[in-house]
Amino acid sequence: MTDETLLEIDGLSAHYAIRSGVFARPSAFVRAVDGVSLRIRRGETLGLVGESGCGKTTLGRTILALRPPTAGSVRFAGQSVFDLKPPALKRLRRDMQIVFQDPYAALDPRRTVGRAVRVPLDVHGIGRPKDRPAMVAALFREVGLEPTLMHRFPHEFSGGQRQRVVIARAIATRPKLLVCDEPVSALDVSIQAQILNLLKDLQAGLRLTTLFISHNLAVVEHMADRVAVMYYGRIVEIADRTTLYRNPRHPYTRALFASIPFPDPRHRRTDPPPPGEPPDPAHLPSGCRFRNRCPLAMDRCARKEPPLASLAPNHDVACWAA
Amino acid sequence: MTCSTRGAAEPLLRIEALRTEFPTNAGPVRAVDGLDLTIGSGEILGLVGESGCGKTVTALSVLGLVDRPGRVTGGAIRFGETDLLALPPARMAAIRGERIAMIFQQPRGSLNPVMRIGSQIAEQFIRRRALGRAEAWARAVALLRAVGIPAPESGARAYPHEISGGQAQRVMIAIALALEPQLLIADEPTTALDVTVQAQVLALLRERCRTLGTALMLVTHDLGVVAQLADRVTVMYAGHAVETAPVASLFARPMHPYTQGLLAAIPRPGENRERLAEIPGSVALATQTGCRFAARCAERTRLHLDRCENEMPPLVPRPDGGMVRCWAAQS
Repeated sequence: MTDETLLEIDGLSAHYAIRSGVFARPSAFVRAVDGVSLRIRRGETLGLVGESGCGKTTLGRTILALRPPTAGSVRFAGQSVFDLKPPALKRLRRDMQIVFQDPYAALDPRRTVGRAVRVPLDVHGIGRPKDRPAMVAALFREVGLEPTLMHRFPHEFSGGQRQRVVIARAIATRPKLLVCDEPVSALDVSIQAQILNLLKDLQAGLRLTTLFISHNLAVVEHMADRVAVMYYGRIVEIADRTTLYRNPRHPYTRALFASIPFPDPRHRRTDPPPPGEPPDPAHLPSGCRFRNRCPLAMDRCARKEPPLASLAPNHDVACWAA
Repeated sequence: MTCSTRGAAEPLLRIEALRTEFPTNAGPVRAVDGLDLTIGSGEILGLVGESGCGKTVTALSVLGLVDRPGRVTGGAIRFGETDLLALPPARMAAIRGERIAMIFQQPRGSLNPVMRIGSQIAEQFIRRRALGRAEAWARAVALLRAVGIPAPESGARAYPHEISGGQAQRVMIAIALALEPQLLIADEPTTALDVTVQAQVLALLRERCRTLGTALMLVTHDLGVVAQLADRVTVMYAGHAVETAPVASLFARPMHPYTQGLLAAIPRPGENRERLAEIPGSVALATQTGCRFAARCAERTRLHLDRCENEMPPLVPRPDGGMVRCWAAQS
C-alpha cells in the first residue's frame, strides 16, 4: 500500500426527489448521500458499512458516475469523473468496475456466461478479436471456473458460480478500482467463504483498490484495511480497521457492534439491545441524524450537525459527545 | 442456559423419518428426506442449514401447509399425543394458530394490507375466544404494548403500510402468540431486518416465548442468531438432520464435517484470519445412496473411508445426548 490517493471524494451529495400528485412535483427529498468526503489510497480496501437505506449503494454508484451527483466532486487518479466527455468516460470505465450483490440479476439470462465475460473486452477493444476466446478462458481460470463452462447459460449455475462469472467480467478490463456492493450477501455461508477468499486473492494479485460495501460487520472486518460507517447519507466514523473494531467512538457504531448476533454461545448478550428504529429517510431529525436514538444526545445535537472531525490520527468521528 | 434435559420426558414435537416430495418433470424431488428432530416443551430449537436444505419445507410440513402438488409421503409428526399427519384438514386448521403458530421472513406479506393491525389481532379473540369487539380490541392493544409498539392505543389503528418492517415483525409476533400456542415456528424471522432491529426482535422473541412457556422452532441460516437464542440446534443438510446437540457443545465440539465446515467458514468479529475455511463444491441432490455430504467432505478423503459413498450413515449418539450422522465421527 502507498500513501498515494487513487480516489478523492469531496462534498459528494446525491438526492432523490419523492414525487407525488398529478404533476409529479417533488414533495420531499431523500438525501441518500449528503456531503460525503473520503479518500481511498491506491491498493487499499476501504470497507463501507451501514444498514439498508443508509446510502451506501447510492454512494458506490455515484462514484462510478452510474447516476448523477447533486453536488460535490469525485476525482479518480486526479481526473474529475463528472466533467468527462463520453469518450473519456468510457476510457475511465475500464479502470473502475463494480460487482453487484445479486448474481442472478447481474447476468443476462439469454447470453452465455462466456459471452458475458467477453463483452467488456469487445467494448473496450482489449486484445485482438481472435485472441479473446483464450482471454475469456484465462479469466475463467483466474476466478476458479473451468473454461469448458463458458458455453453454458447463467441458469445452469449456482449462486456462487454466477458470482465468480460476475467477478471475471469485472476484472476483464484489469481495473484499478473495484467497487464490491454486498458481493456475498445473497450467498450461503459455505459459498461466501469461497468468494471472499477469491476476492482477497485477486486484490493481492491484481493490486486492486477496493471499495467494499456491506451491512455485515464481520465480513467487512475480514476484508478491509480501513472502515467507514455510514448513517443516512453521512459518514459518521472512519478509522483503520483495528482501531474501529477495538475502539468504536460514535454511538451508532457502538449500537451496531452491540447488535451483531455473535456466533458463539459463550458470548450471549444479556443486556437489552440498543433501542430505537431507523428514521424516515425523507424526514430526518435536525442536527445530528442519530440523535433520536442516541443515548448521549444533548441540546447541541439538535441544533447543529456534528462535522466529521479528527479524534486521533486515522480516526475521524462525527459526534459532539465524542 | 437451559440444557437438553428440558424436554427429556416426552417431547412436545417429534418428527421421525419425514419425507416431503414435489413432483417435477424429472421425477419427484425430495425436499425433506428422512428428517428426525424433537422439540421439548418451552425449548428453543435452532434449525439451521443453507438454502435448499429443506428447513422451510420441514416447517410447512409440520403445519400441514405444503403447497400442492408437493406432499408429505412418509414418516411421522407427533405433536403431544396427536399424529398431525393423520388429522383431517379441519382439525389441522383448528390446531394452527391455537396450539402451533408461525411467523415468516416477510412480515408485511403476512399481514392483511387493508385491515388495521389491531383488528388483525382482535379478530382471533373474536373468532376463537368468543370475546366481544371492545374486549378483543383491548386485548389487542395490550399485546401490542407487550411487543413494544410505541403508543399502542393509536398504533393499533395503523395499517400495515404505515409501520416499519421491524414494527411489522413485532405485530406478527403479537398475532402468532395471541392465543398462547405451545409451539411457535419462526422461519428466518429477522433475515429481512437491519442488524440493530434484528437484535431487538430476537430479544423480544426470546422474552415472549419464555414468558408464555412457548416452544420455538427457529429456522435460520444464521449461526449467530442460533448461538444467541437456541437451547439446542439441529443442522440440516440435503433434506435431513446431520447433527443435533445442545448449543454450547455443538459450537464447542462439532462432530459432523459439515457442521465443522460451517463454523470454520464464518468470519468472526475480532478474529483475524487471512483466509476463511472453504467447503468445496456445492450442495448435491438428496438422491445418492451414501452420505449426502461425501463429495464435499475432507474427512472422508483424509481417513480413506470407502463406505461413505455407498452406505448412508445412521444417526448415532454424541456424548452430550445429541446425535450425529457420520461414519468418520464413529471411527
